[in-house]
Amino acid sequence: MVSTGIPQLDSLTGGLARGCLTEICGAASSGRTSVLLFALAHATQRGEVCALVDTSDAFDPASAASAGMEMSRLLWVRCGEKYPARKHWESQLAQMLKVTDLLLQSNGFGTIVIDLSDVPVQNARRIPLASWFRFRRAIEHTPTVLLVLEQQPIAGSCSSVLLRVSARRAQRFGKRSVQPKLPHSELLDQFEITAELLRSRLEGKMERKPVQSTARFQSRAAWAAG
Amino acid sequence: MRIEPDLRARSLAVLSGRPPLEKVVTLNEKARQSGVEIGATKSQLEAWENLVFRARSESQEISAHAALLDCAQSFSPEIEDTSTGTVLLNLAGLEPLLGPLSKITCNLAQRATEIGFEANIAVAANPDAALLAAHGFPGVTLIPEAEEAKRLGDLPVDVLLESFSSDIAEAARWSETFDRWGIRKLRALAALPEVPVSERLGQQGLYLQKLARGGVLRNLQVLEPRQIFAESVELESPIVLLEPLAFLLNRMLEQVCTQLRSRALAVQELRLNLELATTQSNSCSMYTRTLRLPTPMLDVKVFLKLFQLDLQAHPPGAPVVKMHLSAEPARPRVLQSGLFQPVFPEPEKLELTLARIAGIVGEDRAGSVELLNTHREGAFAVQHFAPLEPASVEAKRKQSVNPKQKDMSLPVEDGACTLKEKLEENAKEKMSAVIALRIFRPPLSASVTLCEAKPVHMRCLQPDIAGDIVWTAGPWRSSGDWSEQEGWSREEWDIAIAAGDRLALYRLVQDKLGGNWFVEGMYD
Repeated sequence: MVSTGIPQLDSLTGGLARGCLTEICGAASSGRTSVLLFALAHATQRGEVCALVDTSDAFDPASAASAGMEMSRLLWVRCGEKYPARKHWESQLAQMLKVTDLLLQSNGFGTIVIDLSDVPVQNARRIPLASWFRFRRAIEHTPTVLLVLEQQPIAGSCSSVLLRVSARRAQRFGKRSVQPKLPHSELLDQFEITAELLRSRLEGKMERKPVQSTARFQSRAAWAAG
Repeated sequence: MRIEPDLRARSLAVLSGRPPLEKVVTLNEKARQSGVEIGATKSQLEAWENLVFRARSESQEISAHAALLDCAQSFSPEIEDTSTGTVLLNLAGLEPLLGPLSKITCNLAQRATEIGFEANIAVAANPDAALLAAHGFPGVTLIPEAEEAKRLGDLPVDVLLESFSSDIAEAARWSETFDRWGIRKLRALAALPEVPVSERLGQQGLYLQKLARGGVLRNLQVLEPRQIFAESVELESPIVLLEPLAFLLNRMLEQVCTQLRSRALAVQELRLNLELATTQSNSCSMYTRTLRLPTPMLDVKVFLKLFQLDLQAHPPGAPVVKMHLSAEPARPRVLQSGLFQPVFPEPEKLELTLARIAGIVGEDRAGSVELLNTHREGAFAVQHFAPLEPASVEAKRKQSVNPKQKDMSLPVEDGACTLKEKLEENAKEKMSAVIALRIFRPPLSASVTLCEAKPVHMRCLQPDIAGDIVWTAGPWRSSGDWSEQEGWSREEWDIAIAAGDRLALYRLVQDKLGGNWFVEGMYD
């Protein structure tokens, strides 16, 4: 197990399991990418070499640098065309599958991330279950952490840990009908993220949902983090 | 034959000259046994069914000779580049290091075979006797000291003349003289009295007699070690497909790597120059591919695969008529791996993986990111991914953190070092997740309704990114490069849009030069 760098999340899940597939799902603006970048930053600072398979080419290097990532240890693979008129999800997903296969075969990566956050759910669900089985078999008994970021769970029984993240503050304000008169610092800074452990198949963990299955932590705006 | 080893089993003649007047300049033993002679024209040799012809290639001769010199230098630091295909080594004093002379010669013969030569090797007390024996006797010959005249006596006089006469006409004249005198073997020449030889044949004749006795003593003209590792191939017929090209490339890479391995060096950069046949008659164009390696390597299979992937992505576009491969040498990577160091991909495997990924997503779409020193949003460069190995990072860190540790006379400031480490640890502990932006590439064009100079409603091509703006913050104005053509000026707004029962946060940007609105990304 390796730490995500977020103590609350580590106490909930025990950290990220090596040799296993971990899914992190959530809706838009739920804090998925914030969790991912922080985990990657933590891994690169440990000296590990990480890879990000960016299916929708949405990675922001400035955000990663603010999170404290060692950029020289992150391999960023941008799927899709250079200047696309529109997204061709099928070809981008095909590229993602090929690239992930190559990365898993090459060994030596501490963390490999597949970012499917922007892929529509109906397209993401078309990824054959056999591919997820192949990925799971490829990382078994290796020290690699395979993370998948998505909107809804898609890997089925192939994933060992399934986490759902949501933004608490965003939910609370969403119920208001009037525009809140909040300063900028209070919306983007202290952005509260709730992580819920939906499933864990790790050794020593129960397959059922544990009693205390949520963890809350805050993320900060890039300009306030320094 | 080094590039085409299959030819060793066949009769081979090398031709030189303008067609149709090409003449045989050299041939192998099988061709010689079948009756082919040097100087025969191609038309005269048409009767030989199994004879293979190859055109003389100066570049290949140079490459082969360079490989021979390298092979010799891997055994002895003192070598003499005597002539094409002939090298003299000083083996004096090498016995304690490399074993007895018989073992050294066997190893030398084995190394020569590895790099594609059929070498004759001779060891003698003086260089010219060894040279004569190597030219005259096949395989490995060891001549004990003071037995040179006895061993060399069996050789025909022609061997002496071929070995030491640079002028063919002069050699023919000497041969005619010796033939007239009835001297066929070196033993007969050595047995002649010196004074009459000097009177009749002059100093040159006396010198030839001394050579025949194996009694000429001289020092080697030592060659400076070279640092160029290259191989060339001129093709009989142009190559169009990648597969036969890869076959030849493999041979060339093997030769270059053997040369480098013999000098305990590795490859830092490989350059492949292909001469292409163009449609215009008698004109060629050059096509160059360079393979820059992040760490020095010496694996032929990896190099071949990298070149194959590179040529698949960038095909030459015309038939190849000539290939030249050169390598830039470097000291090999020496690394002590540690038990507690994080996992790290093998550099050779990583390079192959990166090349394959580049073949899938595109060359500039996989690598590590470097942020550029500018305020322009989204300014970054993608570089070749070459992470430093943990051991080298640790060594660098140790060097940079406490340079005083090298000087043992200076006390190490343990307190300061500990304080710094503690501060770093505290900073790490205080680190918290930073809200991340997900960039839309390209940015989504939007139409925005303003109220009191603030955006209140937004429409976008994507239906889920549209609606009333329930929260705004901004604007943050920035501009730059106003003196350049690519000047930019923009206003950023952070906005929230209701998405069901929750909020979605976006970055909205107005281009102040064009007046257009864009949704640049989503906070997630």
